[in-house]
Amino acid sequence: MTDQALHSKAFNQAIAEDLLIGSHCLVCGNISIPQRQICPNCHSDQVERIQTKGLGTLAAFTVIYVPPTNMADAGYNAKNPYCVGIVSLEEGPRISAQIVGLDLSDPASIKIGMPLKQTSVMRGEGEAAKKFLAFEPA
Amino acid sequence: MAKKLSRGVAVVGVGMSKFGVFPDKTSRDLFVEAFQELRQSVQKGFDPKDIEAFYMGNFTSDHFENQAHLAPIVASWVGISPVASTRIEDACASGGVALRQGVLAIASGEVDMVLVGGLEKMTDLPGAKVTDALALAADSLFEIPAGFTFPGFYAAMATAYIDQYKADPDALLRVGVKNHQNGALNDKAQFNQTIRDVMIGKQRKAEQKGLPVPQWEDEMAFLKDSKSNPMIAWPLRLFDCSPVSDGAAAVLLVSEELAEKFTDEPIFVVGSGQASDGALAERSSLSEVPAASKASKRAYEMAGLTPDDIDFAEVHDCFTIAEIMATEDLGFFPRGEGWKAAIDGRTARDGSHPINTSGGLKSKGHPVGASGVGQVVEVWKQLHGLAGERQLRGNLKYALTHNVGGTGQTCVVHIFEKRN
Repeated sequence: MTDQALHSKAFNQAIAEDLLIGSHCLVCGNISIPQRQICPNCHSDQVERIQTKGLGTLAAFTVIYVPPTNMADAGYNAKNPYCVGIVSLEEGPRISAQIVGLDLSDPASIKIGMPLKQTSVMRGEGEAAKKFLAFEPA
Repeated sequence: MAKKLSRGVAVVGVGMSKFGVFPDKTSRDLFVEAFQELRQSVQKGFDPKDIEAFYMGNFTSDHFENQAHLAPIVASWVGISPVASTRIEDACASGGVALRQGVLAIASGEVDMVLVGGLEKMTDLPGAKVTDALALAADSLFEIPAGFTFPGFYAAMATAYIDQYKADPDALLRVGVKNHQNGALNDKAQFNQTIRDVMIGKQRKAEQKGLPVPQWEDEMAFLKDSKSNPMIAWPLRLFDCSPVSDGAAAVLLVSEELAEKFTDEPIFVVGSGQASDGALAERSSLSEVPAASKASKRAYEMAGLTPDDIDFAEVHDCFTIAEIMATEDLGFFPRGEGWKAAIDGRTARDGSHPINTSGGLKSKGHPVGASGVGQVVEVWKQLHGLAGERQLRGNLKYALTHNVGGTGQTCVVHIFEKRN
């Protein structure tokens, strides 16, 4: 049976299974990604979990040279920067995610609007390794 | 339509510590400095025993100083116990929200005199821990796992803005140059030197050490050099970011009818607005801060004013792009024009819309909980002709402050009026 959980941890639990979920309001049709228990458009609690196609376009991005601890621990630094972006999903909402598979030597070559598809990145080693949402050029 | 305040509220005194790096001082020491300066600023004096409430903006003394429940401690250190003392936490908007709570408390009629404070002591932690502490203001489930930092968020907004309006990225650097020019004239500023001063300082240092002296054509060339101005989060460089700072600021509010007991020159809070928003990715637009537009709309409506009425503003330039977006969100320039205004000098002291005459967060410093209160100190100085070399010319009547928490999850705007 498909998991229908809508609580706040459900999104990242789904990412562990390579699923990008959201919610669909049965009253007004609004889609929220990440999922919401209460529709932010009409405030109904008649919402169901949906699975997105994991397709979208790049809406905004940066290449980070000074990483926070969680990313430094994953091996990123000024000489090994990473790209993080905001992706406009085909379903409408946007989501934050690491963007992989890009040439980071020239960030100006990264184009807003470029098509992306869902993937994942592993960060951490051994038992501490954990899967995170990511996107790559489609 | 925003309602008017139930009764008028006046600012009758302000004070601030110097903003900067103070290894020997805690946040309470810095607030004592701000409070002492505030006492001096109240023209006819006041008795601290008459303070009836204390609202104190502070983001996270828990992490920066290993100290929670800070408001009653600070109240005790300025000698105002047992006054009702409350810490307000809305990330970098904590100070502005504390001000709003003070305004609303007086407007409610429950109290007549309120002390508003803002303070943050950030520099005891190593840099990486400061970054992590600031990141607590982001969404820990959906933004931090993506790898975002605060420079990263604003950098992403910058890419969206530049792409949408085909903006010249030089506009970002211009904001920094301008704010440092203003901060160079503010003895309370953490970096009270121009970018040119910084550049010449680097050359002198190299000379003294007998190293090859780096050459730059001008300060823009200095800012575009990755050695002198390293990339933090593309396209934002070091000099696009406000610094890590220690500092405190204080404002004394009284009910309008009591104002002349304390000063012949009160300034009145005529507009106050606050709005919230979800995580950055959830917003309708990434090239603006919707909560800032909404908060300012309420403040303008309450004041019965339009953006054209505002003589000058202190805005939340935590990053250079933030100032450009703010000048549009607040209605000073149409959408997509803010970057041009920055390049054309329209936001300079002699421009049509002077922004951040204090030096802004960028040059004055950004002790996060203090920033929203520190903005009122500049408003007070400019409206009273006390801003020294950076004093704006002409008859100043209306000023605006704009304080943002996180990437715009909180925004609070105030409008002040000088009547005589």
